[in-house]
Amino acid sequence: MSSSESAVEHALDTSFFQRWLTAAAESVQREAARLTELDSAIGDADHGTNMQRGFAAVTEALEKEPPGSPGAALILAGRQLISKVGGASGPLYGTLLRRAGKALGDAAEVTPQQLADALRAGVDAVAQLGGAAPGDKTMLDALFPAVEALGGDTASFTAAGEAADKGALATVPMLARKGRASYLGERSVGHQDPGATSSALIVAALAEAVR
Amino acid sequence: MKMLINVAETVVADALRGLAASHPELTVDVENRVVVRRDAPVPDKVALISGGGSGHEPLHGGFVGAGMLDAACPGEVFTSPVPDQMVRAAAAVDNGKGVLFVVKNYTGDVLNFDMAAELAEDEGIQVAKVLVDDDVAVSDSTHTAGRRGTGATLFVEKIAGAAAEEGAPLERVEAIARRVNACSRSFGVALSPCSTPAKGGPTFELPAGELELGVGIHGEPGRERRAMMTSREIADYAVDAVLDDLRPDNPVLVLVNGMGATPQLELYGFAAEVHRVLGERRVAVARTLVGNYVTSLDMAGASVTLCQVDEDLLRLWDAPVRTAGLRWGC
Repeated sequence: MSSSESAVEHALDTSFFQRWLTAAAESVQREAARLTELDSAIGDADHGTNMQRGFAAVTEALEKEPPGSPGAALILAGRQLISKVGGASGPLYGTLLRRAGKALGDAAEVTPQQLADALRAGVDAVAQLGGAAPGDKTMLDALFPAVEALGGDTASFTAAGEAADKGALATVPMLARKGRASYLGERSVGHQDPGATSSALIVAALAEAVR
Repeated sequence: MKMLINVAETVVADALRGLAASHPELTVDVENRVVVRRDAPVPDKVALISGGGSGHEPLHGGFVGAGMLDAACPGEVFTSPVPDQMVRAAAAVDNGKGVLFVVKNYTGDVLNFDMAAELAEDEGIQVAKVLVDDDVAVSDSTHTAGRRGTGATLFVEKIAGAAAEEGAPLERVEAIARRVNACSRSFGVALSPCSTPAKGGPTFELPAGELELGVGIHGEPGRERRAMMTSREIADYAVDAVLDDLRPDNPVLVLVNGMGATPQLELYGFAAEVHRVLGERRVAVARTLVGNYVTSLDMAGASVTLCQVDEDLLRLWDAPVRTAGLRWGC
């Protein structure tokens, strides 16, 4: 298949991004209690509540002011997360989506490869803002493998979801070096990172949005 | 766990409504979560804004008023506020002399205040920031998020607030705030865990016969757990932990701070022991404050904060202050 055929077949329009963000919101809502439970082990037991509040605002905003492009959808969602989530997660997830949205510009449709590149830019921005690296037991441990797995077709979305999930699971034996869990030192070992877990949910929602 | 609340979802808003009803000298925007001095913007004065997760009251809303903060931005329980709150607060209190953000060193607070500073600067407001990181229980290394901001926040807000009230320009208020933080160290202990309304029960387990040495104000773990100790033993441990890191040449301000569920009777008994240890270590005490100021919901326990002061800082500490949580000289 030539790249132009592939681009047509796999073109992602604004409605794809709305479906992705809505699926992510539903997933966060469904898993909120588990996220909070994970956070109570190594954090302060509010990650599920905060993410739920943020993504509820995202869903509401998408309905109230429907975005005109994929980039606008991500920027809108990012702004809502920054305004509603609080904690470190708000600015970090907000930056992820805003930076990715900016990278997409105002194109009406984008290719999976463009989405992959935009998300990589977003993940790099998260790493810079939080000062964390892979292996620090943070959301990056799910996000980096996910953007590695993303490629030129929508089939790679499923692979990205699996890679993110595997990355989140791999945080269990890690020693936290950033955020509140870092205060635990050795006691952070043996628990899955809540931020990596919510990141995996958001990445997994990509495949759900493919029609 | 029984709590004096309606529902968990409204605890912050309910408390803000109560603050508004009880303190007409404050303007409380319950919906947008901003507490502002009623007389703001105060002419010719640098404005101080702080904020952080709720659950540490009277910090920060209880420290808004003449001689201390101009505005406070309470987040959800133990969750940092969002940038919109600080931007709104900055717009309400700035009179062109600039704004100082007092930020406790937690990843969430730092990120949200950083974003707020950028947004406020976009609106033409001059913003300086001071980071409070006084908790010696956390080793200050690249393997952690750095030292946590705890009791020294009160010293920073009071002393820098007094400097601002005197008319000091932003650079000087910022420099004083940094100096107070650099001269302050804290150490806390927990005798029982705290319970967040959202969880409805303890956020961590602490066996009945043990205490957590070096606890943070969200119940974060510290250095070690031991079998329960006496007030005398705890004071020895806590004060020495602080003095290992801060060797004062000058007299110190002492904050003997309750975590929320420890009675004044116990806090004063603990204050006696803290004074005893300081005497044995030949550290002179300039002033002492005892009470619940930087709390952790219903946690039992206490923290000790020492701040080494020269005459200038001591004069600013003694200057009048009129807030819901701290009030003297006026």
